[in-house]
Formats: sequence, structure tokens, C-alpha cells
Amino acid sequence: MTSTVNAADLAPTTYAWEIRATGLKVRAGRKRMAVDGLDLSLGTGVHGLLGPNGAGKTTLIRALATVLRPAEGTLELLGESTGTMGEHRALRRRIGYLPQEFGYYKRFTVREFVEYMAWLKEVPKADIPGAVQRAVERVGLADRADDRMKSLSGGMVRRVGIAQAIVNDPSILLLDEPTVGLDPAQRLRFRELLQELATDACVVVSTHLVEDVAAACTDVVLFAEGRLVFQGPPDELASVGGPEHPGDSPLERGYSAMLLGSGQGKASW
Amino acid sequence: MSVEHASAGIINGYARGDMDMAADEVWALEAHLEACRHCRDRLSAATMTHTPSVAHTPGAAGTPGAAETTSVAGTPNLTGTPSVAALVDRVWADLAPQLAATAPPRHRLLWPASLSRRLSRWLTPTMLPWLGTLVSVTLLALLLDLFGPGYGYSLGAGTGTGAEAGTEIGAGSGSGAQVSFLLLLAPILPVFGVAASWSRGLDPAYELTASAPRAGLHLVLRRTASVLAVVVPVLLVGGWATGVTAGLWLLPCLAFTSTALALGSVIGVSRAAVALVSVWAAVILAPAVATSRVPSALRLDGAPVWGLILALGIGVVWARRSAYSVLGTHR
Repeated sequence: MTSTVNAADLAPTTYAWEIRATGLKVRAGRKRMAVDGLDLSLGTGVHGLLGPNGAGKTTLIRALATVLRPAEGTLELLGESTGTMGEHRALRRRIGYLPQEFGYYKRFTVREFVEYMAWLKEVPKADIPGAVQRAVERVGLADRADDRMKSLSGGMVRRVGIAQAIVNDPSILLLDEPTVGLDPAQRLRFRELLQELATDACVVVSTHLVEDVAAACTDVVLFAEGRLVFQGPPDELASVGGPEHPGDSPLERGYSAMLLGSGQGKASW
Repeated sequence: MSVEHASAGIINGYARGDMDMAADEVWALEAHLEACRHCRDRLSAATMTHTPSVAHTPGAAGTPGAAETTSVAGTPNLTGTPSVAALVDRVWADLAPQLAATAPPRHRLLWPASLSRRLSRWLTPTMLPWLGTLVSVTLLALLLDLFGPGYGYSLGAGTGTGAEAGTEIGAGSGSGAQVSFLLLLAPILPVFGVAASWSRGLDPAYELTASAPRAGLHLVLRRTASVLAVVVPVLLVGGWATGVTAGLWLLPCLAFTSTALALGSVIGVSRAAVALVSVWAAVILAPAVATSRVPSALRLDGAPVWGLILALGIGVVWARRSAYSVLGTHR
């Protein structure tokens, strides 16, 4: 019988935080600093990255996915510094990433696409069919696995995106606006999946929907104009808001209160 | 794999669905069964034999827990296996209509899944139409050379070595004959293919690709190689048909490819491709068409310069290889 536990699984981790940023600055485009001096430490659990549009959420997630290099400061992922040049292949094998604009090949079937992504992520060849089947089942697309991507609805495409992100059993899972296009039932299922994944992974979910955060996240990271405004459990954020702050739920009021405090949120949009 | 197999007692007990089996024993057996075909066969045989005599297992000593199992197996359990078999039959009968209703996987004869899988390692699906376009353009250029106004420009049968070709070209360009479209287009054709393989506009999954561990120089080179593998043979055939030797266009072709990649690592591959094609059109293509003469850059004495550009391109690509694993090069 083959052993399913190898030495790497049993080895103690050599880092305290899955994600650790100090003084992180990341450029979006040529001039603008979208992430501007961020200090952040994230461990296992679901972290909701919350912030107004243009706060730099996508840029931060891209930096965490190592597709953008930090302009300044340090970013350590799983104990490895990403500031250095190099391809970070070993690190990337342990990261799952769903970009905000999830592009895919229409001619591929769901299975072919997730298989292709598993190949790109250097999942060992023998493990690919099993890993793909597992990922597709986890997002509830097993019955559509052999359908072409172009025949899927928007919500299903989003779920394929989640499937490809989890196909390599990542230790860091980065999801940029994953709930866009999901119907309420699928959102509930998705939150369950997130909590399941977060038992042994650091899941970062960027969203601008406060209710997603309230329901699924162990930790809120509130982010505005490239800086950290608040980090803590959702309850703590909710307790900041008072009746004078705009919002329909305690968490929304807390969110408004925090952004007001940081000099944000005055603009109507 | 494993040399030790499960004892007959354990397997028979499992087949009967004994409730007295220790949980860890069941667990260990199931884990073993997953990996051991031999024991699966034995289990299947055990479920087939409905006689209670199977339950008597004298040869079960040796494995831990065997004594316990033997004692369990020794107890008369006449209803065990048949009831399991009946249960399996009933489940199967319930499932059969649903299984029949499930459509069998479609067999794609022209484009089998395995081929598509293997091909995607080398090309993105969106590159295929581009390659088709490149081949069509090459064929069009070939037709123009053969039957268009440019016909008559012959450099001799282009099968010779470089030295041989050199003499022929000297003669050809000296005659002041018209210029071959194939020769003019050949160097920039792969540049389009390289752009298609690594650009934001043409590869919808560019961001996913860039974030993968396999992203980076070797994936770009893989895709570039597949572009060249399509374009170069077509050009070779075209060159053979019109008499343009490979010695004339192959080096510029490779030099342009490497320059596109080198420039691409700085300003992004699609921008680099646009820049190079513009330069080519302005400096080589337009004067050549206007004067109907073979540009000096495409004569054989240009070879050392092209070789130098190729070497420089390769050097820059190698030096900047880490740029290919971030988003910038997709611009």
C-alpha cells in the first residue's frame, strides 16, 4: 500500500504566518501605488478582504499571487520572501488563485480546463485525474464535468474558477470576488466550502459584499487607499458602528464608521 | 507493493458484513483493498461463495488480529453473505435505470480528448486560429510569388547549403528581378505567433497562466517552439516551391523571434510584436515593394548581422527570464 503521508506533510512549518507583509508597496500601472505601506499578518482561516472599489484589493491579491512584484517592503508567503527575482515555482505550487477576471478557453470541457490548470500547477501526473474529479465535485459540477465551458452559466463558470484554484490543495487560497454571479443557494454552499478549506489553509477572499464577510469569514481585513484600516473578527468591526453610521446591518455600520474614521467614505460612490 | 495480504478470515468476515470486526481492522483492510488487486479478487470470490464453510479459516494465523477474526468467522453466520449479495443486487437494480439514462461520454473522433490534452501543453486553444491565419498568409504569399507579378524572381533550386545558395543569390540579386513576397514575410510571421502565445488580448487565461508555477520562460519557449514548428516547415515548402533558400530567411526569422521575446520581457510581448512588425514594414517591406528590389538585409551577406541580433536576443531573454512569470509581459 502506498503511504499517503510523506515527510513534507509531517515536517513542522518554519513560518508563523502564511502571509506576512511589512511596509508592502505595490504599483498598479506605472505610477499609482495601489498598495501603499501595508503591514499584514494572516494565518489559517478565512480572511475577508473588504474595501471600497479602487482600494487596491485586486492589486494586493495579485501581489499575493506573485504575479506582481512588490515595489517596496517585504512580502513573505509560507516563509518565502517574494521580493527576490525568480519564478517561485515551489511556492506557487502551494497557492491557489482565482483572478477577478477569470478568463478561460471556451472549447475546453470543465474537466479538460481543470486538468490543464492542474498541469500548469505541476500537480504530479498520476494525481491529476483524482485531484480534478475531487475539485469538480467540491464545487458541485460533477454532472457538468464533460460539458464545454461555453455551455455553462456565469455562476457555473465562477465555480469552475474555484475548482481550478483548489485543484492543487493550496496552502494559500486567493479568491478575488468569487461570489460574483453566484445565486443565493450557491453562495451558501460556497461559504461552507470556504470554511471547510480554511481548516488547514489560509484563505483570502476579496469582496465588497459585507454579508459574505459576516457569514463566512473568521477575520476581516478592511482596506482603503492601499492601507490597512482594520483587522479583526467581524464582531469587533460590527461593534465599532453606531446608529448614526449609514448601513443596514451592524457590520455595514461598522464598515462605514471605520472608513469615515480613516477619512474615506465621504464620497457618495 | 505490499507483500503481506489480508488473512482469509478477515476477508470473509468483511464479505459477510460482520458487525463484530474491530473498526481499525475494517479500516486497515479497506485501505489495503484499495491498493491490492489480489485481495480484491479474493474478496469478490468470498462474496460469490455463499456457503458458510468459507467462514472456517484455518490459515489465518500470522497476521495481527487473526485469532480474533477466526473466532468470529467460526460462529455460524448462515445469513451473512447472501444478504449482502441480495443488498448489492437490490442497489444495482435501483441504479441500473439511472445509469442507462446517463449519456455515455461523447467520443470525439476528429478531436479526441487525449490529443486536445497533449496539444494544450504546447499551444493555447486560442493560438490555433492564429496559426491557421499564419499558414494561410504564407500560402497566399506563395501563390503571389508563383502566379502573381512577382513571378520570375528565381534564386535557383533552393536545396543547397549556405555556400551554394550564396552564389545563386549573388546571381539572383544581380539580375534585379522582382522580390519574393514569401521572403519578405517569412521573418515576421513567427512574431505574430509569439504574440498570440503570450498576450493579454489573445489569451483569455493569461492571468491564470502567469500565476501558475509552470509560467515563465520555459512555457513561453514551449509555445514559441510550437509556433516555429508550424511556420518553418510551411515556409520551407514554400521556399522550395519558389526557389527561395532557407539560408536567406531562416536566420532573420529566428532573429526576429528572439528579439520579440527579448523586447517582450521589457515592454510586453504584444507591444513588442507590434513594434517589430512596424519596424519591419517601414524599413524592409515598404522600400522593397516600392523599388522591387531585394533589400540588402535579406541577402546572404546580411547573415552575420542577423546572427548577432539572434545572439543578442537570446542573451537578453535569458537575462530577463524571470520577467515572464509576472503579469507585465502579457501587455
